[in-house]
Amino acid sequence: MGARVVVLGSGIAGHTAASFLRKWLGKEHQVVVVSPKTDYNWIPSNIWVGVGLLRAGQVLFPLPPVYKRAGIDYRQAKAVAIHPEGAVDAPSPFVEIEYTSPDKQGQHERVAYDYLINATGPKLHFEATPGLGPGQNTVSVCTADHAVEASKLLDEKVERMRKGERQRFLVGVGHGTSTCQGAAFEYIVNLEFELRRRGVRDKADITYLTNEYELGDFGMGGIHLRQGGYTTPSKIFTESLFAERGIDWVTRSHVSKIEPGRAFIETLAGEEKELAFDMAMLLPPFRGAALKAFDKDGVDITSRLFAPSGFMKVDADYTAKPYEQWRAADWPRTYQTEFKNVFAAGIAFAPPHPVSVPRQSLKGTNITPAPPRTGMPSATIAKAVAHSIVDMIHGAKEPTHTASMAEMGAACVASAGANPFTGTAASITVFPIVPDFEKYPEYGRDLKHTFGEIGLAGHWIKILLHHLFLHKAKMRPLWSLIPE
Amino acid sequence: MNPTSLTKTSHGRDDHWLSVTRPTAMTRFFRTFLPWQFVRFIVINFKMMRIIALSHRPPR
Ligand SMILES: Cc1cc2nc3c(=O)[nH]c(=O)nc-3n(C[C@H](O)[C@H](O)[C@H](O)COP(=O)(O)OP(=O)(O)OC[C@H]3O[C@@H](n4cnc5c(N)ncnc54)[C@H](O)[C@@H]3O)c2cc1C
Repeated sequence: MGARVVVLGSGIAGHTAASFLRKWLGKEHQVVVVSPKTDYNWIPSNIWVGVGLLRAGQVLFPLPPVYKRAGIDYRQAKAVAIHPEGAVDAPSPFVEIEYTSPDKQGQHERVAYDYLINATGPKLHFEATPGLGPGQNTVSVCTADHAVEASKLLDEKVERMRKGERQRFLVGVGHGTSTCQGAAFEYIVNLEFELRRRGVRDKADITYLTNEYELGDFGMGGIHLRQGGYTTPSKIFTESLFAERGIDWVTRSHVSKIEPGRAFIETLAGEEKELAFDMAMLLPPFRGAALKAFDKDGVDITSRLFAPSGFMKVDADYTAKPYEQWRAADWPRTYQTEFKNVFAAGIAFAPPHPVSVPRQSLKGTNITPAPPRTGMPSATIAKAVAHSIVDMIHGAKEPTHTASMAEMGAACVASAGANPFTGTAASITVFPIVPDFEKYPEYGRDLKHTFGEIGLAGHWIKILLHHLFLHKAKMRPLWSLIPE
Repeated sequence: MNPTSLTKTSHGRDDHWLSVTRPTAMTRFFRTFLPWQFVRFIVINFKMMRIIALSHRPPR
């Protein structure tokens, strides 16, 4: 009899896993995707939506026709609880889902599984900072809808500048433990580029606000690049770009509250400051999706499956230990949970600890970027998990594929202005993502494979990636040849 | 530099201007100089493919 693999989430990780499972498994096996929104969002391009260069429709497409064509069973629903041992009245493991589709809105169903992948990504935890987020006092670009709202507000501000008013822009992260500084970086440099294009740059004061100890940390503890006869930290390049673009910056900060037009911050040094703004795009900290877990008798075992952050515990070493004792080997490799048929992929897995040096303010506030989990590792992890599950369905006893972030590199292109002739982007490669100081004692990374460069070629690559990854996500001909 | 805020110096220039590494005109020119960027396009793609190849581990 065929096996049934259920994938929760249809973002970069969930969709990659489901596509490869369908490709590799015979038709006797079932692949089910449970996800609350019918649209796929190529999130990296939300940056361009947020500055008005792309429409939402250019970064979104409907998944149901793609799944129908591919033979994937799609349920428009959100997962609510995992029952890895089944229940008294249900012998097999199942996940409880709640439909979000208009025709079945609010209905619950039990979906039995042989294998489960939790790829529910992040919950955007705006509530962590009072006054933060869309509908409150700041905008975001985390979803296409958020980005459209940001773009509309930007248009309003540009109109004011055209009438001669000065406007203050504050861009960065909205909490001491936020991650995704890369996205905030891209937004601020694209915003600056766009204000120049619209001829109002001289009327704008632009400030970057971050929890990073130094610019260029990006939640990875920074990177080091060999250039011009020196090994140079990413701080130097990031500061250089900001200074060149006339962008001010405020580092080492936690945002404690936002009021209309004012951000209240606490710095590592214990200072409390107020930053005034006319438009603020501040990214929230992430939590895991609020899933619950129950054992056979209905006892709540959420804390066994999930870390307090809501992310799923996998094969990492979660022992609390000081920074000096953090090791590359703490990071998960197979993403299997204590239940051998349950895995997590993408942002949904709980990292063992941050990558950046942990720091607290004099008041004890944690001001440390959370570890980054960008698209490439999310998809690479998802593919490895899918591969392992396929092999386990075919008889393997243990996961056969690994994808540790301490053993894989990342290639990343950060847009710094979108124009086919005058645009630029920072192309960066690092290896490995999580530094391994045992293998590479000096900098934690192999500097042969760690590289960075700003130029127009990077922008062309970014455009190419936008189209290639949308092609891949639509499962169009030869999609599986496009790397993660 | 004060790490958490930008301050103006006595002669009015931003502190950034004085204490930060800045690209020369030549570096900025090459960033959008088409023939050079075509070459870089190929080089960067090659570097990225190498990282992708390194990151996809064979079965254990
Ligand atoms: C503005 C921005 C720009 C970025 N730019 C880049 C970039 O240039 N390069 C890069 O590599 N990375 C970038 N990233 C990071 C990248 O988007 C993430 O790494 C990636 O989206 C993570 O994939 P994921 O599948 O884990 O999560 P997501 O893509 O967020 O997907 C999560 C999925 O789970 C679904 N879901 C949520 N709750 C439930 C539930 N209860 N039940 C079922 N399904 C659920 C969601 O609807 C969604 O489909 C950027 C991120 C942002 C916010």
